[in-house]
Amino acid sequence: MAAPQLLVHDKKDSVGVVVVEGLKAGTNMLCVVTADNSSFRLKTTMDVPIGHKIALKNIKKGDTVWKYGHDIGKAVADIAKGEHVHVHNLKTKRW
Amino acid sequence: MAKKNVKAKKTNTFWGWRRENGRVGVRNHVVILPLDDLSNAACEAVANNIKGTLAIPHAYGRLQFGEDLEVFFRTLIGTGANPNVAAVVVIGIENGWTQRVVDGIAKTGKPVTGFGIEGTGDLMTIANASRVAKDYLQWATELPREECSLNELWISAKCGESDTTTGLASCPTVGNMYDKLIPKGVYGVFGETSEITGAEHLAKARAATPAIGEKWYRVWKSYQDDVIEAHKTNDLSDSQPTKGNIAGGLTTIEEKALGNLEKIGKKCRYIDVLEPAEVPNKGPGLYFMDTSSAAAECVTLMAAAGYVVHCFPTGQGNIIGNPIIPVIKITGNPKTVRTMSEHVDVDISGIVRRDLTIPEAGDALIDMIARTANGRLTAAEALGHREFVLTKLYRSA
Repeated sequence: MAAPQLLVHDKKDSVGVVVVEGLKAGTNMLCVVTADNSSFRLKTTMDVPIGHKIALKNIKKGDTVWKYGHDIGKAVADIAKGEHVHVHNLKTKRW
Repeated sequence: MAKKNVKAKKTNTFWGWRRENGRVGVRNHVVILPLDDLSNAACEAVANNIKGTLAIPHAYGRLQFGEDLEVFFRTLIGTGANPNVAAVVVIGIENGWTQRVVDGIAKTGKPVTGFGIEGTGDLMTIANASRVAKDYLQWATELPREECSLNELWISAKCGESDTTTGLASCPTVGNMYDKLIPKGVYGVFGETSEITGAEHLAKARAATPAIGEKWYRVWKSYQDDVIEAHKTNDLSDSQPTKGNIAGGLTTIEEKALGNLEKIGKKCRYIDVLEPAEVPNKGPGLYFMDTSSAAAECVTLMAAAGYVVHCFPTGQGNIIGNPIIPVIKITGNPKTVRTMSEHVDVDISGIVRRDLTIPEAGDALIDMIARTANGRLTAAEALGHREFVLTKLYRSA
């Protein structure tokens, strides 16, 4: 298999992680779910740095964001599929 | 020299030093240990006189009291008692607390002598201590190594400058190592109380029994109530995740905690909850220790509990070392491998390219543990990283 651009921990997740440097907007990414080695394609709409997250589907403000199959916080803005997910649109439910 | 796909070879033994109390060390340090900040200068002078000895300067040891003082003594005594240390010279400003540290270390049976500076002065103390340090060093350097099983190792784990690759690659690699070695009799430990926040339900469920899980939960909850709630000025968004974590793509403490917890593997269950620097006493297995998530504080406490090799997963490239235990750096971030290779002992970035599996990475880590135990210096040792940071619970009197 070619090296993926995006890794997803779990089928339930709503975000994946960029694992290549210099990812450009418009890239049709190969995405692999590590839990079962399944794969799919997703087009990113933004330049996103290595290690940062991309939304796998449209996420509404207030929605829980899922990674590792678990709750990692809530969206504080609407996020479209293929967009960068980080501190500007995702916040902890703690503290 | 950098290896892309580290192929592991099976190694079950290493050549270590068996100490007087039966524990096995992987280094053979003669430590010049200051009781307090005032004695750092004399300790450094002794280590300068006697080449091959190691001074471990630090900032505390005066006017501490209560639980804070107990953690301090456990840490100093535990550092001297660690099997990676052959012999110890302790120097303090006065004899009382100096003797308490000497007596604690002496319980292991290893050579240890204390010196008080008051009434003698730095120069005579340095002369007297240097003579003892020279005897210890020459004795220690003739100690024979013996073949020991890897299963006799005490291996600690704590990650740092984490990012999203930590949860994808380097922490699961450490977890895989624990899943393979702990059933064979290795002692393991994880800590970082504040960094479990967001995964506390999962951490509680990984206790060997419900009672141990409750004990763990009390420690975690006490941290939330007595430290976070008592001292926070806004929330911890600026400290946990750290700026480095955020630069690496981690957004929330929940996300960081879930990645962190990958370190304990899929199968291991912790069998006890330790105080900071407490020596485990429930036999082989995985332990949790109540520690700060700051790298040097945490590794210092784990070394003081008797762990002899540390596995340190990093994403963005934490460069920490420790004076007495080798700290093995593992990273799965290809950018960190490219930009900071001199700090990386085990490159498992093949995991994110999907050309290295986590079990293969776990085997590569076990091989590096064996090589390190056999004497290979880690990147942190070669680069001179000797971070020794005492945990301070509150202000001194």
